[in-house]
Amino acid sequence: MEFIRAFIVGGLICVIGQILIDLTKLTPARIMVIFVVAGVVLGILGIYPALVEWGGAGATVPIIGFGNVLAKGVIEDVEKRGLLGAFSGGVRAGSVGIAAAVFFGYIMALISKPKAKNKN
Amino acid sequence: MEQKRTKKEYVEWTQKIAPKTHKFKNMILAFIVGGIICTIGQVILSLLLKTGMIKEDAASLTTLLMIFFGAFLTGINVYDDISRVGGAGAAIPVTGFANSIVSPAMEYKKEGYVMGVGAKMFLIAGPVLVYGIVASIIAGILYYIFTMRA
Repeated sequence: MEFIRAFIVGGLICVIGQILIDLTKLTPARIMVIFVVAGVVLGILGIYPALVEWGGAGATVPIIGFGNVLAKGVIEDVEKRGLLGAFSGGVRAGSVGIAAAVFFGYIMALISKPKAKNKN
Repeated sequence: MEQKRTKKEYVEWTQKIAPKTHKFKNMILAFIVGGIICTIGQVILSLLLKTGMIKEDAASLTTLLMIFFGAFLTGINVYDDISRVGGAGAAIPVTGFANSIVSPAMEYKKEGYVMGVGAKMFLIAGPVLVYGIVASIIAGILYYIFTMRA
């Protein structure tokens, strides 16, 4: 059952992204930026955690879930350390994702070759 | 020449009448591809939770593995094909974030390992991190003002 919920939530989040791309001509890079910021806003307001509760990985795997992780970390750290937590929380909570992206991204880029592209 | 123009007109004409079905198809494909990627994430997450791993670590490890898969599939030139079919369904999941790092880094490798790979890998990931982190700090300051001082 949790798999069906993940499929539906994850699929719908991607559909929102596709609609934004098709209707507004925004580039995927801008869509990703918008989604991350939206995740921070929905996370700090406590809305996104409810979606994570229901949708599981369907809510955490899309990049908007990364924004939610940043917000979650900020909330935890502000409660623990005060204003300093606003600066420590996001990167701390997102550390595994950031480090993994840099590490695997770098290694894979080193060992692989781009396919000869015919641009048309 | 005349034939070319009619061809162009024909293309414009089809674009005028076709976009709705085209967009609908894009939406369906984004739903399916995005849904499948997230379901794979859920399978990993559920398996990790079954081993008794705590919730937060299981979520972090799932993200790490999904990023690895995204980077790996980009490296072997498979993720491009997934993107062509899935559109936002491939770009929005964290695998697409990994793809956005590996893809330009590979492309610009010929410009060297510092300004080529090292710099270009953040072509899209950089802005995502900048806006994400800045937004989270502003959110944290507001959270402090509204909850902690009361």
